[in-house]
Amino acid sequence: MIQADAEILSVRRDGAYYHMSFAAPGIADGFRPGHFVAIAVDDAHILRRAFSIRSASTKAGGALQIIVSPKGPGTQWLVRRRAGDIINVIAPLGQPFRLPTEPVPCVLVGGGYGVAPLFELANQLRARGCGVEIIVGAGDAARLHGVVEARRVSDAVHVTTDDGSAGEQGRVTDPLRRILAEGRHPAVYACGPMAMLQAVSEVSAEFGAVAQCAVEESMACGVGVCMTCVLPVIGDDGVTRMVRSCTDGPVFFGDRVRWSEVGTVPADTLGSPEARDD
Amino acid sequence: MTDPRVTLAGVEFAGPAFTASGCAAAGKELAGFFDLTEIGGVVTKSIMMRPRSGRPTPRMVETPSGMLNSIGLQGPGIESFLANDLPWLAERGVAAVVSIAGETVEEYAQLARILRNEPDVKAIEVNISCPNVESRGQVFACDVMSASSVIHQVRRNTSSTVPIFAKLSPDVTSIAEIALSCHNAGADGFSMINTTLGMAIDTDTLRPILGGVTGGLSGPAIRPIAVRNVWQVHHVLPDVPILGMGGIATGEDALQFIAAGATAVSVGTMTFHDPSAPLRVQQELLGLLDERGFASVSEAVGVAHRGGLV
Repeated sequence: MIQADAEILSVRRDGAYYHMSFAAPGIADGFRPGHFVAIAVDDAHILRRAFSIRSASTKAGGALQIIVSPKGPGTQWLVRRRAGDIINVIAPLGQPFRLPTEPVPCVLVGGGYGVAPLFELANQLRARGCGVEIIVGAGDAARLHGVVEARRVSDAVHVTTDDGSAGEQGRVTDPLRRILAEGRHPAVYACGPMAMLQAVSEVSAEFGAVAQCAVEESMACGVGVCMTCVLPVIGDDGVTRMVRSCTDGPVFFGDRVRWSEVGTVPADTLGSPEARDD
Repeated sequence: MTDPRVTLAGVEFAGPAFTASGCAAAGKELAGFFDLTEIGGVVTKSIMMRPRSGRPTPRMVETPSGMLNSIGLQGPGIESFLANDLPWLAERGVAAVVSIAGETVEEYAQLARILRNEPDVKAIEVNISCPNVESRGQVFACDVMSASSVIHQVRRNTSSTVPIFAKLSPDVTSIAEIALSCHNAGADGFSMINTTLGMAIDTDTLRPILGGVTGGLSGPAIRPIAVRNVWQVHHVLPDVPILGMGGIATGEDALQFIAAGATAVSVGTMTFHDPSAPLRVQQELLGLLDERGFASVSEAVGVAHRGGLV
């Protein structure tokens, strides 16, 4: 993990999102798919913004690429930066996706710009001999990201939109269900909105596949000190704890996250108000 | 060069900047960003008797030059803290200022009794900004009697060589009155200020954003409030050390606190922006003191009360 002033190499609009690339000496070497970067924005907004790292190149001293959805003042500030501007970054952060030890067929599911970390994941899976199918979904065609890139790094791509404006009308779980019904895919990787991750985890469990999900929780620090980005996760000991998505995640096993209780403290959580009153 | 060492209630620390409780966990996470032994010390997240899950999310709202939080004192409890976190700090030679919090006066006393056997505790910060379950949830720090009974109990259960700092809330009519009563009850110093209570509402749902409904406001937005509080307490108790905090982002910010009467400073929320901030602020502060001709930090403490630079 390195904190550095990084020079922006490019900012390029792509549909509803922006591609951003910046020089990141030393950071690219430690990058694994699923890692994220925490970026300081303008002085008026004191909290860092966290982004999945889309790719990292070790050429020319190293560079990182991210996808930015400019939906708030911090991200809007960020996409107004130009090549040559300097931003302060901390990366690589978090627990990355775990790769299978055997060359097994895998399904990768990305919702909206949540597809960002899946391209490099696909590359690494294929380098290990794993088959890769990618499902790319979004609300509508404008918010789809990376379909062309997905085709380049996988054996098959399935596209869904809620409104049918691109690909198949429906949810990412529709093709996921069909693929898993073939009974050949033991591993599912997903990144996207929480509701999607919950649905992917449930469908995966139904077919006995292991799902790993990179969550998007709002963070304040990204480095484990603020305790903002917590969610209820069941540990190896069967006990539910409020764990940090920045340091314990962002990648979690889908069957360990109590998805329907995210945003609450379940009564049987270690140290919950109910548990303390016993 | 200005001597970086500071003495707080008889205990010497390597530098004038500390982390702030709740903004540094128990220190470990920041070790990758700077050498924790170079700053004054790590003020831990408040430790309670038992593990505590904290509040539901959302726990944070970004606000102009600040943030609101309603973490709800999530933590592993003192047993885990003593087994894992305190030894980690001690083995590395990091000065540990242990923050404690309770829901009853007796819980604070219990925590103090347990810490009494721990030689690696350099000082105790008593976080009295907790709801008192025995007094309809009234925050200890906002009531003279509750605040002083907690301090009294912690003081009488703590070794005389370990100073205790009362963490004061700005959400009171007279900070000086609370400070005086805590001092009379045995507080060796003050940590100030804690967050000030705030709230934000989602204009789409028209509901409070925070899971905890209200939350503590921190960051540069509250800095002038903090400087004023430090000024007022130093005015009535000029010989009592203050660990000053509230939106410190730079050495200049820290210097305001020192001049207002703080002996040392804590860097809190700005650690979220820049995890290296505590050491950076310390270096900047020492540079500014040096430029102004101060041989030590203590020479500058409260200088604004004495007519400033002459």
